Amino acid sequence: MTITATEVVSPQVEIGSGGSLYWAVADVLTITKRNLIRYKRTPDALFFSTVQPIMFVLLFRYVFSGAIKLGATLPGGAKLPYVDFLMAGIFAQSVSFGGIGTAVGLAEDVHSGLIERFRALPMTRFSVLAGRTLADLVRNVFVIAVMTAVGALVGFDFPTGALAFLGAVALVLVFAYALLWGFAIIGLTASNSETAQVMAFPILFPLLFASPAFVPASSMPHWLEVFSVHQPIGVLVNATRALMIGGPTASYVLQCLAWTAGLLVVLVPIAVWRYRKSA
Amino acid sequence: MSLAIEADGLEKTFEGEVRALDGVSFEVEEGTVFGLLGPNGAGKTTAVRILTTIIEPTRGRGRVLGHDVVAQAGLVRKLIGLAGQNAAVDEYLSGRENLTMVGRLNRLPHDVVARRAGELLSQFGLVDAANRPLKTYSGGMRRRLDVAAALVARPPVLFLDEPTTGLDPHSRNDLWEMIEGLVGGGTTVLLTTQYLEEADRLASKVAVVDLGRVIAEGTPQQLKAQLGTTMLDVGLSDASVAQRAALLLAEAGTKAPSVVGSVVELPVDDGPKAALEVLRLLDQNELVPTIFRLREPSLDDVFLSITGRPTEEGSLDGQDSDPGDGRRSRRSRRGRRHAASAHEAEGGTS
Repeated sequence: MTITATEVVSPQVEIGSGGSLYWAVADVLTITKRNLIRYKRTPDALFFSTVQPIMFVLLFRYVFSGAIKLGATLPGGAKLPYVDFLMAGIFAQSVSFGGIGTAVGLAEDVHSGLIERFRALPMTRFSVLAGRTLADLVRNVFVIAVMTAVGALVGFDFPTGALAFLGAVALVLVFAYALLWGFAIIGLTASNSETAQVMAFPILFPLLFASPAFVPASSMPHWLEVFSVHQPIGVLVNATRALMIGGPTASYVLQCLAWTAGLLVVLVPIAVWRYRKSA
Repeated sequence: MSLAIEADGLEKTFEGEVRALDGVSFEVEEGTVFGLLGPNGAGKTTAVRILTTIIEPTRGRGRVLGHDVVAQAGLVRKLIGLAGQNAAVDEYLSGRENLTMVGRLNRLPHDVVARRAGELLSQFGLVDAANRPLKTYSGGMRRRLDVAAALVARPPVLFLDEPTTGLDPHSRNDLWEMIEGLVGGGTTVLLTTQYLEEADRLASKVAVVDLGRVIAEGTPQQLKAQLGTTMLDVGLSDASVAQRAALLLAEAGTKAPSVVGSVVELPVDDGPKAALEVLRLLDQNELVPTIFRLREPSLDDVFLSITGRPTEEGSLDGQDSDPGDGRRSRRSRRGRRHAASAHEAEGGTS
C-alpha cells in the first residue's frame, strides 16, 4: 500500500452549501439511516423483538382470558370479546418494551468510540438522539404491523373499522415516540448497556401492568384504579382501546395527546442535557 | 511558521477528583507531526479530547489554527479530523457506508461525499472490502478505515490517538507510511503514542507526558541528548547475574542502571572511559559479559531517566504479562539485536 502525499490531502475544506436548518435535518436523517442499516443487518434481533409481544398475545388470549371478567358490553349490547379488549394492551406492551432496545442501543453507542467521533464533528448534537428515536419509530411501525397481523389471526376483527383502527395505530406510534425519549435518558444515564436494560425494566413494569392493558381497571383496588387510568400508559391504553372497540373516545384521545406533548416537553431537554454531559 | 495547535495550561479534573491533566502546555507548528508520548493513563487522550472539543478543560485554553476549542468549538470541528484508539467506526456498516456517514455529518454535499469515499477506499487499500460490514474487517483494516474517516473532509489538522495500539508490525508499518504521506501533503498531525519508537520515527517534536504533566519536550534528538551521551549495554549469562552486576555498578557510583532480562543498561557520560571501568569492575568480580556495547540512547531510556520508572510496570524485569503488548515486541526485538551482537562478539573472540 503506497500513498503519495498529494493523493491523501490537499489542505482545503469543502463545506457544503445549505442553511443550518437543512444541515440539522440532514444530520438527523444520516443518523436515522445509520440506525436503520443496523436493524437491517441484525434481522435476528428484530425478529426476537416481536417474539415477546406475540407470546403475550397467546398467553392472554388463550391462557388468562377465561379468568378475566370484563363486565363490559359493546355498543350493540353484545358481550365484549377479550381479544378485542386485548389488542390495545398488546400495542402498549409492544412499543413500551421495545423502548428497552432504544436504551440499550444508545448506551452501547455512548460507550463506543463512534459517539466520541460524532462529538468532534460539526454535526448538531441533538441529531444523535433524534436519529435514534426516529429509527426506533420506524421499528415500532414494523412491530405494530406484525402485532396487527397476529391480532387478526387470533380473532381480532376490527370492530370500529379501518379508519379508527389506523387512528389508534397513529396514536400509539406518536405516544411511543415521546416515550422513547425517556428510554433515551435511561440509555444515557446507565453506565453500560446491561445496566440500561436492568434500569428500564422496573420503571416499565408497573406502568404497563398497573394499567388497564390486560385487565379492566375497575377490577383493581380503588387507589390503584385511580393511578392506572391516569398514568401515561394507562391513558394510552384507554385511548387506543376506545378507537379500536368504540365507546367514549374524544376525552381519552385528548388526554393521551396531552401526555405525549408533556412527555416530549420534559424528556427531550433532559435527554439532550444528559447527552451533553455524558462525554 | 504559524501554530496549528496550542495547549495552554490545560487542566482537567473529572468527577470524583481524578486529576487527569495538571497543566499541560505545548505548541504544534503547522505542517508538522507532534508526538504526545506517555504511558497509559498519562493524560494523552484527555488532552486530545479537549483539543478536539469533546470535553471542556477545567482550566487553561486550547486553540486549533487560532480558534478557541471551547468558545469556537463549532468552527474547530470543521478544521479537525479525529481517529481514536477505539476504532471509532460502526461495526454493522460497510466501509463505504461509514465514510459516507462521516462525510455527511461533516456537512459535505452528497456528490463530494461519494467521490471522497471512493478515493479514500482505494488509497487505503479497502476497495475489495468497501461494501462489507466492518465486522468482517481485520484489526488493521478497521484502523485504516478509521483514519480514512478522519480524512473525509480533508481537515488541515489531524488528531491520531494511539493509532497503532494493538496492531501487528506489518499493519503498523502501513499506518506509519500513511501518516508520513499526510505530512508531506501539509496536514498537521498530533499523534499520541505509548511507543517511543513510533514517536521517534514520525514526530519532529515530542512532549513526554506523565501523570497529567509534560515532563520533557523537544525533538527526539534533544530528548536523547538530555539523557547523557551514551548507553552502555552489558549482557550477562542470566537475569540473576544481571541483577548482581547492576548492584555492583550502582555501588561503584555510576548513574542508575536498569535491568532488562539479562542485560544491564547504563547511561554513561564518557563512553570509552566508562566502558573500561565497567569491564574492570566486572573482571574483579569474575563476571564475563556476553554482550558489551555502546549505543545512542533510545526514547525508552529517556522516559526511564526522566521519570525514574519504566513506561509500563513490570516490563523491565523481562516478565511482561501481556504477550500482545507492543512494548514487549519491541523488547524482544531488542533481545534479538542483543543476540546478534553476542554472536558477533563470539565470532570476534574465537
